[in-house]
Amino acid sequence: MGESGTPRAADGATTLTQSAVAGDRRALARLLTAVENRTSIAEAALRELYPKAGRAHIVGITGPPGSGKSTLVAALIAAAREAGRAVAVVAVDPSSPITGGALLGDRVRMQSYADDRDVFIRSMASRGHAGGLASTTTAAAAVLDASGFDLVLIETVGTGQSEVEVAAAADTTVVLEAPEMGDEVQAIKAGLLEVADLVVVNKGDKPGALRTAAQLRAMLVPTVARGDAPEGRPSPKRPEVLVTTATSGEGVPELLAALDRHRTAARAGEATEPRRARALAQIRAVMADRLADRLREPALTSVADAVIDDVAEHRLDPYTAADRLLEAIGRVEA
Amino acid sequence: MGPSAPYNPGMPDRPIKVLIAKPGLDGHDRGAKVLARGLRDEGFEVVYTGLRQTPEMVATAALQEDVDVVGLSILSGAHMTLVPRITKLLKDNGLDDVLVTVGGIIPDDDVGPLKDAGVAAVFGPGTTIASVAEFLRANARPRD
Repeated sequence: MGESGTPRAADGATTLTQSAVAGDRRALARLLTAVENRTSIAEAALRELYPKAGRAHIVGITGPPGSGKSTLVAALIAAAREAGRAVAVVAVDPSSPITGGALLGDRVRMQSYADDRDVFIRSMASRGHAGGLASTTTAAAAVLDASGFDLVLIETVGTGQSEVEVAAAADTTVVLEAPEMGDEVQAIKAGLLEVADLVVVNKGDKPGALRTAAQLRAMLVPTVARGDAPEGRPSPKRPEVLVTTATSGEGVPELLAALDRHRTAARAGEATEPRRARALAQIRAVMADRLADRLREPALTSVADAVIDDVAEHRLDPYTAADRLLEAIGRVEA
Repeated sequence: MGPSAPYNPGMPDRPIKVLIAKPGLDGHDRGAKVLARGLRDEGFEVVYTGLRQTPEMVATAALQEDVDVVGLSILSGAHMTLVPRITKLLKDNGLDDVLVTVGGIIPDDDVGPLKDAGVAAVFGPGTTIASVAEFLRANARPRD
């Protein structure tokens, strides 16, 4: 990404960006590829696009594998199209840690929109990034936002208990649960459920769905909701719990309405704090990328290799090693 | 870094992206799934769209996903109708640089006309996944 400032990258980015924003879907697709590959064009394009973004409602959909995320996304597309909204989807599936390959299968459930240009679905491989997203998913969502989609759905990889990164990428985070997947103790564990703005028990036609929803409702009431929270401690979220059957569409209009309610509430005043937290998370992600890029510079790899060897052999501790690398980065011009 | 090399986190290079689709009405998707899985193991990013795709669905998926390769699996005998329609739609959408391959039960006599319609290769029964992977690596468009 070191050449992002070159005029040529900026020109290519401008052309692609303008076409994408003007509604050219091929240009949009190519721009997303550039973003995914972290090319110089992508960075220049994102500089241009970021001020245009911020209009769409970005919704993260996360939950365990097989809980029905893709099917629910398909149902949400249908409901949103009914309401006349343009919808984009970024669906992330895991990359193989061994070969780098990936099987991106989320489109299987979302295919009835081939002729509808107000639906745009893009699969992404996680490419070695942990946390439930690819490192470029947030940027891809910003591109779709700036390209005029009203609703941008980010579907994470199937998650476990702690892949909470989507909350930093989305305005509203929906955590999916399947019926009978765990008892009340699961519901009070720290992690994924804590970042939920909405909790959805999907497969509502299965036995136990209502009981699971009732348990979640009972357990997700914050203990400090009575106003006795210590000053300065962030108050836990109090997510609404809904029941859907994505395959039939049951409960999906209610979910769309709940998403709208959450967004309206978030936009009305007090909620600048979550927005700042998300901004910080995005800046940190870019800083981490930048740091990784710098460490690959020839002038720095030798320093890095030396301290890696030292830490591997226990001649040096990782803290001192990190300090040395940071110091070297400060010394060597980018 | 070739697509089969182990993933190196943070590298801006990317694997070749392949769409595996089953246009038409036959319900035999085992072959397509095995190939999708096999290419995954060869380091490709495979978008799998499943059964009963219309040519429009295939073209839209190829466009939105910006794939390098479209692999069509057809066992119904409808390839002479479906494949030229898909290659035309791809072309109409500006995707002429996308490599199109066909797998399944394709009579020898049809291979020539399919190639005339823009198909780069036809893979019949018995083709190994390694040879498909090798062909795709050699012939997929250069990636930017």
